[in-house]
Amino acid sequence: MKFAVIVFPGSNCDLDMYHAVKDELGEEAEYVWHDSKDLSSYDGILLPGGFSYGDYLRCGAIAQFSGVMDEVRKAAEAGKPVLGICNGFQILTEAGLLPGVLLRNKNLKFMCRTVGLKVENNNTLFTNEYEQGEEIQIPIAHGEGNYYCDDATYNHLKENNQIVFTYADDFNGSRNNIAGIINERGNVLGMMPHPERAVSELIGGKDGLALFRSIVKQWRESHVSHA
Amino acid sequence: MKKVKVYVTLRESVLDPQGSAVMGSLHKMGYDEVADVRIGKYLELVIEDSERNVDSLVNELCHRLLANTVIEDYRYEIEEVVSQ
Repeated sequence: MKFAVIVFPGSNCDLDMYHAVKDELGEEAEYVWHDSKDLSSYDGILLPGGFSYGDYLRCGAIAQFSGVMDEVRKAAEAGKPVLGICNGFQILTEAGLLPGVLLRNKNLKFMCRTVGLKVENNNTLFTNEYEQGEEIQIPIAHGEGNYYCDDATYNHLKENNQIVFTYADDFNGSRNNIAGIINERGNVLGMMPHPERAVSELIGGKDGLALFRSIVKQWRESHVSHA
Repeated sequence: MKKVKVYVTLRESVLDPQGSAVMGSLHKMGYDEVADVRIGKYLELVIEDSERNVDSLVNELCHRLLANTVIEDYRYEIEEVVSQ
């Protein structure tokens, strides 16, 4: 499986993302610059964390108009897995590929530590290697990870099982402790915690590895069955 | 040419932790009569005269980029810029 790691000016988790899929899983991965006009040769799209365009105006707001985002939209429409982590999640909401928006943490602090996450839906292409309801330990590092959406959007997310991860504890003010959501079709996931920073015991834990394994597993199965 | 002053503020229904922190500080300083503080953004755009209607242009800019209408409201004022 071949992944594109999109690099925006200000991305800083791109190396971790690349490391997770290339070195830990042994899949193909390439860095793709933000003005690329063609993502057709990739099977999965990864939007890394960081501070794209300096987070000017709002986090993720300027990145949504990067040249590559038209291609990310096309990939999402084609049903390819699109994963946005941290700033990548913020970009996906600003681009309208996921509902809601990320606000400043309720305590105004940039928070950087490992937190408990509950797998709310393991029936997705991103979480099939987890148990339903499993609690995993994943690092967070964000100042604007307070997920907000209106009541109608929340009810819709809930009814469609689009809430994939919730925090075990409320520390940033996110609505109903939401840490990660998918789109209706189920092929676009945005989450604030960093699974790519939890892929080996050497760096403190590997609970994030199953997320990347899930993507690859589903991709392999769908490509075998279609062969 | 026109100068457009755009004010982007968090919608009333959205908690503004920055505003709350500033209000807390003002209260500590003794200004108890301050009942609420909301923090927003102020942008100045200079727009050249064209065939486009300025109002529809500014609304478009606000909706597409300058404000996220999920959480933010915006308003603006248009001033005529007198060339020197």
